[in-house]
Amino acid sequence: MSIQIEHLNYIYSAGTAFERQALTDINLDLPDGQFIGMIGHTGSGKSTLIQHLNGLLKPTSGRVLYNGTDIFADGFDLRRLRSKVGLVFQYPEHQLFETDVFTDVCFGPKNLGLAKEEIEARALKALQQVGLKEKYYKMSPFELSGGQKRRAAIAGILAMEPEILVLDEPTAGLDPKGRDDILNQVAKLHQERKITVVLVSHSMEDIARYVERIIVLNHGSVLFDDTPREVFCHYQELEKVGLAAPQVTYLVHELREKGWDLPAEVTTVDEAAQAILASFRQSHQSQQEA
Amino acid sequence: MGIIEASKLAFDYLKTDEEGKVESRSRAIDEVDLDIKEGDFVAILGHNGSGKSTLAKHINAILLPTEGTLYVDGKDTRDESKLWEIRQTAGMVFQNPDNQIIGTIVDEDVGFGPENMGVPQQEIWQRVEDSLKKVGMWEYRSHSPNKLSGGQKQRIAIAGVVAMRPKCIVLDEPTAMLDPNGRREVIRTVQELNRQEHVTVLLITHYMEEVIEADKVIVMDQGKIVMQGTPREVFSHVDELKGYRLDVPQATLVAYELQKAGLPLPDGILSNEELVQELTRLIRQ
Repeated sequence: MSIQIEHLNYIYSAGTAFERQALTDINLDLPDGQFIGMIGHTGSGKSTLIQHLNGLLKPTSGRVLYNGTDIFADGFDLRRLRSKVGLVFQYPEHQLFETDVFTDVCFGPKNLGLAKEEIEARALKALQQVGLKEKYYKMSPFELSGGQKRRAAIAGILAMEPEILVLDEPTAGLDPKGRDDILNQVAKLHQERKITVVLVSHSMEDIARYVERIIVLNHGSVLFDDTPREVFCHYQELEKVGLAAPQVTYLVHELREKGWDLPAEVTTVDEAAQAILASFRQSHQSQQEA
Repeated sequence: MGIIEASKLAFDYLKTDEEGKVESRSRAIDEVDLDIKEGDFVAILGHNGSGKSTLAKHINAILLPTEGTLYVDGKDTRDESKLWEIRQTAGMVFQNPDNQIIGTIVDEDVGFGPENMGVPQQEIWQRVEDSLKKVGMWEYRSHSPNKLSGGQKQRIAIAGVVAMRPKCIVLDEPTAMLDPNGRREVIRTVQELNRQEHVTVLLITHYMEEVIEADKVIVMDQGKIVMQGTPREVFSHVDELKGYRLDVPQATLVAYELQKAGLPLPDGILSNEELVQELTRLIRQ
């Protein structure tokens, strides 16, 4: 289960006065089981790009390959692809519509034409995976809190048992605990089911904490595609394109300027605390020896 | 007397059946006392459903107290005859920039508020110019808002409020949908309005870094105010904040971890600069 994107270009409203090139020559390889972060300023093309991953948008030129097959080739089953590539849009709770949470989560698998038992088993599993308690299953989605609604909506996608899960800013507007809960559950899912996760986010701190690879988009092109450590080393370039590094990365750089012996590629709070502690103890020791 | 004064303010959301009979009530704000001084920058923190937004909506009388009172600039929000004065005193900016822009051209959008207040034409344009300059968006005055970035749209929304010359601006998660640059733009704009124009600011947010320069931080949980104080006082209580589903700035968290590991750092470090300073001091000892 892998996706390749080859020389993808996408132009909105081609041939009209409103023509605008949204994506320019994108080449990406999304192999099995990676946890990928995608960052970029507003309008950098993130949402446009992810809509290509399950064929919601058709490239103006270039190809999207699913296991080596062009998804817009004749006879390709796009419907099946869409059950394999689950897209969770921004504010997915706006798409809840059924009378109760359980029925809403059943909607996806029901459309796959599965048997009733299978549908319900999947819905149940998905609801457990997002950590929604049973007492909410029969409630109207609109009676839930923001974080709970978001989980219900994500469960609706998980019930389709996708092999690739794409989340577009899944934590916007959630409180810190709600944000951690959802991301921890996604990380757990990634580990247990080995699914590929693409996380689009404006929070550099969240990205640094969870992903193993970051794709940076700028004006519709890929600017960086590397590990968090490598990408956040370029924090000055990131700032120029409306982004930033996690706050701790700045902290470590300021300390380095003051002469602290710290690695430059620190991106999380734990890493920073450990590195500072080690460096502190070392210099303390050498002071005592002297 | 403060510009916003609440005394035992309570609000119930009612659930009614088809005949309009009350089926159940849930208390969203529970006996809140508030006293916010004119010119203050106050941040309100709290998890989803803690009552922050419900409280914010009271300040320009979108919601009215079930019990207790709320005075905005000396006016009781329950007094219907004062409604428009109250709404001019306290302007609101919401989370989603796309839901609060109605004009097809930036300057028309900003002029919408004063026009509705019956401000004379000449003065409307003056106010539009002033407020667009204050948020740094004057050069975009003849653009279409839908071509702007999220941060720019939010600054237009803020300009629209500023054009009504409010004494107080309430911002309900204005940066939740923005990229890092947009967040910086919006927070800087709000800080400038507070410092230079002395507009009272109430900022609701989930980004802890945005509140470290506030005069006062209020933490809400289950409709009650559970903590309040300067950012330094509030962020000294890392564990308590986590108990309320909240967080602290990353610099505070690093300091906290270092403290736990035995480094003698003071409580309530808020920023990278402070932490760097304290660590430099430590290593020289």
